[in-house]
Amino acid sequence: MAQATEKRKHVSQSYWSLVWWKFKKNKTAVAGGIILLLFYICFVGLAEFIAPYSLERRSNYTEARPQVIRFVDAQGRFHLRPFVYGLEKHIDQETRKRTFKEEPSRIYPVYFFVRREPYKLFGLFPTDIHLFGVDESDPQASIFIMGTDSNGRDYFSRILYGGRLSLMIGLIGQFLTLILGCVLGVISGYYGGATDMLVQRTTEFLNAFPDIPLFMALAAAIPKHWSPVTVYFMLTIILAFVRWGGLARQVRGLILSLREREYVLAARSAGASDSRLMFRHLLPGTMSHVIVIATLSIPGMILSETALSWLGLGLRPPLTSWGVLLQEAGTVYAIRYAPWLLWTVPFLLVTILAYNMLGDGLRDAMDPYGGR
Amino acid sequence: MVNYLLRRIGYALIMVILVSFVSFVVMELPPGDYLTQKLEQLRARGDRSAENRIEEYRVRYGLDKPFMVRYIGWVTKFVKGDFGESFEYERPVKELLGERLTMTVILAVATLIVTWVIAIPLGVYSAVHQYSLGDQIITVISFIGLGMPGFLLALIILYIAIVFLNKEVVGLFSQQYVNAPWSWGRFVDLMNHLWVPAIISAVTGTGGLVRIMRGNLLDTLGQPFVEAARARGLKNRTVVWKHAVRVAINPLIVILGSEAFPSIVTGNALVSIVLNLPTIGPLFVDSLRKLDMYMAGTCIVFFTFMLLVGNLFADLMLAWVDPRIRLD
Repeated sequence: MAQATEKRKHVSQSYWSLVWWKFKKNKTAVAGGIILLLFYICFVGLAEFIAPYSLERRSNYTEARPQVIRFVDAQGRFHLRPFVYGLEKHIDQETRKRTFKEEPSRIYPVYFFVRREPYKLFGLFPTDIHLFGVDESDPQASIFIMGTDSNGRDYFSRILYGGRLSLMIGLIGQFLTLILGCVLGVISGYYGGATDMLVQRTTEFLNAFPDIPLFMALAAAIPKHWSPVTVYFMLTIILAFVRWGGLARQVRGLILSLREREYVLAARSAGASDSRLMFRHLLPGTMSHVIVIATLSIPGMILSETALSWLGLGLRPPLTSWGVLLQEAGTVYAIRYAPWLLWTVPFLLVTILAYNMLGDGLRDAMDPYGGR
Repeated sequence: MVNYLLRRIGYALIMVILVSFVSFVVMELPPGDYLTQKLEQLRARGDRSAENRIEEYRVRYGLDKPFMVRYIGWVTKFVKGDFGESFEYERPVKELLGERLTMTVILAVATLIVTWVIAIPLGVYSAVHQYSLGDQIITVISFIGLGMPGFLLALIILYIAIVFLNKEVVGLFSQQYVNAPWSWGRFVDLMNHLWVPAIISAVTGTGGLVRIMRGNLLDTLGQPFVEAARARGLKNRTVVWKHAVRVAINPLIVILGSEAFPSIVTGNALVSIVLNLPTIGPLFVDSLRKLDMYMAGTCIVFFTFMLLVGNLFADLMLAWVDPRIRLD
């Protein structure tokens, strides 16, 4: 008896819980998901809290080397409270270049949950608590764990704030692509005929354009005098506009097979309207497929933004994204004299890898009935 | 067949015209043009006669005429082989592109060879030894390569070369060979610089190819004709390479047409910019930034043209190697 109920329970698992089961078993996919969750919490939600300085806060330490957080000082003594060495000016005798290096004689302990520049958490709650910082009663005290840029701004803070724009453009852009691709794909597949023809020719036309050049041409067309926020949204719309074609095609293909099923005929005989048929009965059937494609194309979107901004065609300062940060980092000069500015690259790569891991796991999990 | 060809070519022509028109419209969107940018520059430098000179240019480039007149004028000249003049360099677009075409093609062909020579054997190995240690290593590496954007990898390689190896890897030639005539020394120097873009394309380009090759070959190896070949007592090598790979490689031809062929002209623009390679890509990006219309327009038309020709070429090749496909 007990066995029988057990069995029935197993049989009546819904599709999505089966997907979840299978997904959980895939370690790399779960790891990718957790990394992304952490990234979005840290960069999008808590950037102000984690960053020791604000985005534009300048200091006198220009192109300073990263200050390593240490526990053991130069005399080999262990400190329970972590500390950083102070920065000292050096002038290179050969190149006459001014640099800042760590000076072991000055020690600044790192304090946690310190009160510094005020900000609004999640844009709502005014507070001034930051995750960590040094005692700023000494004007020379500083904590730049990833160094500073040519304006003396803390690079770690800038990466945190930059991550917010870069990560969000991927999500928002993909969301727009999803809406465009799904709606046009469903309409094209459902109605067929002239509508289908029109949508298909449009996607072909967009495909005939080489991908990156089209982005560039459109992004170059954004007027330079527009406000940063408008530029951000225009760029998102451009990214979505260029990329909806592939998705629309896939959705159309799925709809073509779904619309011949009996349940659609049943719904139609029951008097369901066209729009109800399309969006209540047909579209949900494509969702598992769509989610996988969407996840796998977010990294491409983030990279497009990065590449465009890096080329000076996308976001522009004062907007700060990872691509904008790369503008300064990606020159031979910067790599030679300020290689810590390349800290943006590992963050970008981890994001992209995590999305690929997650998407790949989802692809396997979305077909929970199949082998292995 | 002739019918099919004519239809495809007609279709491609319409596409090219549409694309060229749209790209001109897009270039027209931002307020001002190349000359307003130039005017600002000259004024900033305190050039008194700036206005007059700009007016001169405006007439010379025909920028005073309405949009449609300019577009049609450009298209009619384009057909005759005159692509207009670049505002930025004050030289014909044809010359500028021609100078860079050789290097772009050399680079593209080199990367193409590297990618395919690495990818196909790896894909075949991966499929034949499915789930073995080698397969898993190849799978992991190809996934990393798939997700790795070329220009970031270029930055990483630059970083390693500059910080750890203390070596200049930017460009295609060292200082003394840039304008030198071809010689053995220049060739060696080119090879010394060529490994960087080669590695980049090997890492970023092979990942996808390996995955596709592996997937196709796994499908093919499960088919009855492979079993039949084995039953005839053929050697494993022969079965895999002469029977299965021969069929499994067909879909890769599509990629050759739609990705590899256009890249011969484009080059990888982003990687080229990081590494300062003299290909057409960086020239194009620059022309977009400066609103150098005829330059950008010509580039876009050529990119689109190559893409369409590549697709057509791929379809024809596919029909040729796989007799089951009929074009009509």
